[in-house]
Amino acid sequence: MKQLFAFIRKEFYHVFRDRRTLLILFGFPIVQILLFGFALSSEVKNIGVAIQDNAHDVNSSEIINRIQKSSYFKVKEEIVSYSDVERRFKDGSIRCAIIFPVNFGQDLYRKEGSRIQILADASDPNTATIAVNYLTAIIRAYQQDLNPNRTLSYQIVPQLRQLYNEEQNGSLNFIPGVIALIFMIVSTALTSVAVVREKELGTMEILLVSPFKPILVLIAKAIPYLVLSLINFIIILLLAVFLLNVEIRGSLVLIFAESILFIITCLSLGLLISNVTDSQQTAMLISMMGMMLPTLLLTGFMFPLENMPSIFQVISHIVPSRYYYAIIKAVMLKGLGFGYVWKETLILAGMAVVLLSIALKRFKIRL
Amino acid sequence: MENKAIICKDLTKQFGDFKAVDKITFDVDQGEIFGFLGANGAGKTTAMRILCGLSYPTSGEATVAGFNVYKEQELIKKNIGYMSQKFSLYDNLTILENIEFYGGVYGVSRAEIKARSADLVHTLGLEKEAKKLVGELPLGWKQKLAFSVAIFHRPKIVFLDEPTGGVDPITRRQFWDMIYEAAASNITVFVTTHYMDEAEYCNRISIMVDGKVEAMDSPTNLKQRFNTHSMDEVFYQLARGAKRSGD
Repeated sequence: MKQLFAFIRKEFYHVFRDRRTLLILFGFPIVQILLFGFALSSEVKNIGVAIQDNAHDVNSSEIINRIQKSSYFKVKEEIVSYSDVERRFKDGSIRCAIIFPVNFGQDLYRKEGSRIQILADASDPNTATIAVNYLTAIIRAYQQDLNPNRTLSYQIVPQLRQLYNEEQNGSLNFIPGVIALIFMIVSTALTSVAVVREKELGTMEILLVSPFKPILVLIAKAIPYLVLSLINFIIILLLAVFLLNVEIRGSLVLIFAESILFIITCLSLGLLISNVTDSQQTAMLISMMGMMLPTLLLTGFMFPLENMPSIFQVISHIVPSRYYYAIIKAVMLKGLGFGYVWKETLILAGMAVVLLSIALKRFKIRL
Repeated sequence: MENKAIICKDLTKQFGDFKAVDKITFDVDQGEIFGFLGANGAGKTTAMRILCGLSYPTSGEATVAGFNVYKEQELIKKNIGYMSQKFSLYDNLTILENIEFYGGVYGVSRAEIKARSADLVHTLGLEKEAKKLVGELPLGWKQKLAFSVAIFHRPKIVFLDEPTGGVDPITRRQFWDMIYEAAASNITVFVTTHYMDEAEYCNRISIMVDGKVEAMDSPTNLKQRFNTHSMDEVFYQLARGAKRSGD
């Protein structure tokens, strides 16, 4: 036991004296959270819109007024000619444009109704669709207000509710994914590098010749990173709650327990990587490429798994972060209990056991 | 038997058809400085790994510090020290932390570590540097420190794998003074080297060629036998016949 403590203390010295490790450990998660929380938001806000108002009547001004008030749009100055619109689309200052015809107001009371043209920059189809939808909604709402008594009797009004995230907070979806990503990178990469570094320095030889048990070497390597990953997790949660207004609905204890399980899986993966490589660069590369990309692409947090070719859907089943992501989303955002995530938990636990035993076994062979 | 630190009899290590170590037989006295020489690929490292409890021999017998290499690897590990050609201390730990760590790994008690490391730092004249990171020390000092750390837990035998690689002649000389001191306090020194002047410092040397021990005696006797004045010549005459080369 005393030997183990001496070893763990040494590991902490390594971490706290190596600026690079510290940066990856604590700088990286914070940057990730801020990036995903703010910069890479999937919500569309402040869409640049140009308005060409040829009508200049009460109705057109009212609609323009409503668009201006909406936080989704940012109205650029009015534009007179059509070529101006095109120029602005090209230089990227607007994503959509609205053109009111000359007799917009008058046509409104005619049988044929009046027309309005909406142009959108569909080089980014998602944003274009969202912008068009928002604009249509604004116009429809105005029309409704205009003649409230003349609602058609057969009109169907869908009542929409976006469950679990009614205020459409984009960070909600990202947080569990980013947490998985950070654990994957920090726990896996740093552990593998920590073990491989000893090989590179030649100190591993000394350790193997010492009476210190090889399995204890792995444990002593893993424990500091488990502790540090948990501290990391707490930082991420605090950032999420206080900075990104994410509400944690489920049990914190369950979230922590599941996270420890996932960290152990990541650590085992890191130890396994360290067994098959002899240089820190290779270890880093395998951890980053081999772990980060699948976590980004195959867990469903950036791109829905359902839309992927079936081969990728099959592969996604061996990505541990997929299960962790599902668990954390269910517990944190939906407030579900263990009863709903036991299957994923079991799979994750199974993966941890398998990875850890392979890591331990291979480590012994390489003696 | 008691005053033998290492006994090998027909020790063999085979990888498939390849006999890395081929029936080597020798023994080393307690407190002796034993030079273990051979060209690269002659099987030195393989033999040393077996003696350090890192791998099992294919056949033959060997005891290290009185313990069997087949059954008592753990006990062997407790009773030996090891220093390798690659530098083996942690650069981003201070001198004292390095000593503390290795002492801790070998199960030396904390009080004992404290007392001995104070002694050690004093003997090496490193009082001022004790709290500095090892990475800031010059290579020669690191090497001497690494040796001191390797015998910190008072092992019966210390294995040195090309310990003076890349060190200047003066430091090498000082390093050998330390080796003599260790031997004087009855620690057996088992050393591999490529420097023939260092071979002269040993009580006895063995020279391995193609997995076999081709010659084993004191440097003086070997020179007489090969009718030459330099160890270089002895080594050359023996190694010239080697079929294997390189690592």
